[in-house]
Amino acid sequence: MAAFLGSPLRTLRSLLRELRYVSARAGRPYRDMAAYRHLREAFRAHRVTSEKLCRAQQELHFQAATYLCLLRSVREHLALHREYHGKGERLPEEVASLVGLKLPQQPGGKGGDP
Amino acid sequence: MWRGCQRLFCTRPQASWLFLMTSPVEGPRLLLPGTARAYTPPTERKRFYQNVSISQGEGGFEINLDQRKLKTPQAKLFTVPSEALAIAVATEWDSQQETIKFYTMHLTTLCYTALDNPSQRNKDQMIRAALKFLETDTVCYRVEEPAALVELQKNEWDPIVEWAEKRYNVEIGSSTSIMGPHIPPRTKDIFTSHLASYNMWALQGIEYVITQLKSLILSMGLMERHITVEKAVLLSRLEEEYQIQRWGKVEWAHDYEMYELRARTAAGTLFAHLCSESSTVKHKLLQD
Repeated sequence: MAAFLGSPLRTLRSLLRELRYVSARAGRPYRDMAAYRHLREAFRAHRVTSEKLCRAQQELHFQAATYLCLLRSVREHLALHREYHGKGERLPEEVASLVGLKLPQQPGGKGGDP
Repeated sequence: MWRGCQRLFCTRPQASWLFLMTSPVEGPRLLLPGTARAYTPPTERKRFYQNVSISQGEGGFEINLDQRKLKTPQAKLFTVPSEALAIAVATEWDSQQETIKFYTMHLTTLCYTALDNPSQRNKDQMIRAALKFLETDTVCYRVEEPAALVELQKNEWDPIVEWAEKRYNVEIGSSTSIMGPHIPPRTKDIFTSHLASYNMWALQGIEYVITQLKSLILSMGLMERHITVEKAVLLSRLEEEYQIQRWGKVEWAHDYEMYELRARTAAGTLFAHLCSESSTVKHKLLQD
């Protein structure tokens, strides 16, 4: 069942990468974060050496993968939000350039003398 | 029509009076070209704290922002039953930079909802609301054309419906009718009693996931750890993905929505799992 999740170590590594993003935003090393300590302990406690079916480990791995998905999606969503939605209404020039167009140039300026 | 005009005249003085009362100090605002319009609602506020920490209180785990305890919108003390959940919430607060972006803090929002219960619903009402989605479940609603989409839906959705039918020993089926599939009463009863086995907190998370994915079956797949969040979101948006493949993808609409849906679904799933965990913890202690 856990096959679709891949290796737990990979999930942990990706999680730590996301935590580094989070801690960079907070301006502190990620090793100081409670989340880092909790994850490290949880992964250590559920480490098994044999290939025995371990329900608790699978549950933890699924949770870790879900948390990874949450952190990653929030980061990506926020980046897109900043880029496209977070600045209020766009100017007509910006809207035009979004779809690869330019506004026509008016020689006398907008609403200028005919 | 005259009545409508009268109403217009009657409401106008009131409206302007309201306007005067609510914004007497601000005065007319000048809109400079190039600045954002002023009418976007404030969804962010300044980060007013430095350190985020967790402490264990009587009711569970609490969040401290500097020396202040975090409270819910209804001014209740913020306490959560699971330490891992408290850590995840604290991480959300800690990851805010200059401003607090509430729309990125899905776990905090879910905890608020569970603590305050703003819609004042009880367990039965929540289960009934969740079951409503079974009658119009995304994965049971099929199209008749185009042929490629029909096949895609069959290939992708049939396995998860079959899994659910086997897992809960029920009959679900699918339909191309606008009325949706006919769900036997026995199926509904089984899902009702299954949902009733979760506690209120977990149920809050499950219902949140169901309303996001518009599918009870996909949500149960997540609860039972049968599919990942990424897969559930993909299956929920199957038709959109098909259209994207055909017509192309627009980053600020398709990706934006997909990441938001993923974030919300992941938050609800994690929330439900962390809140229904107490039995496995006991199990572990017994083993030791």
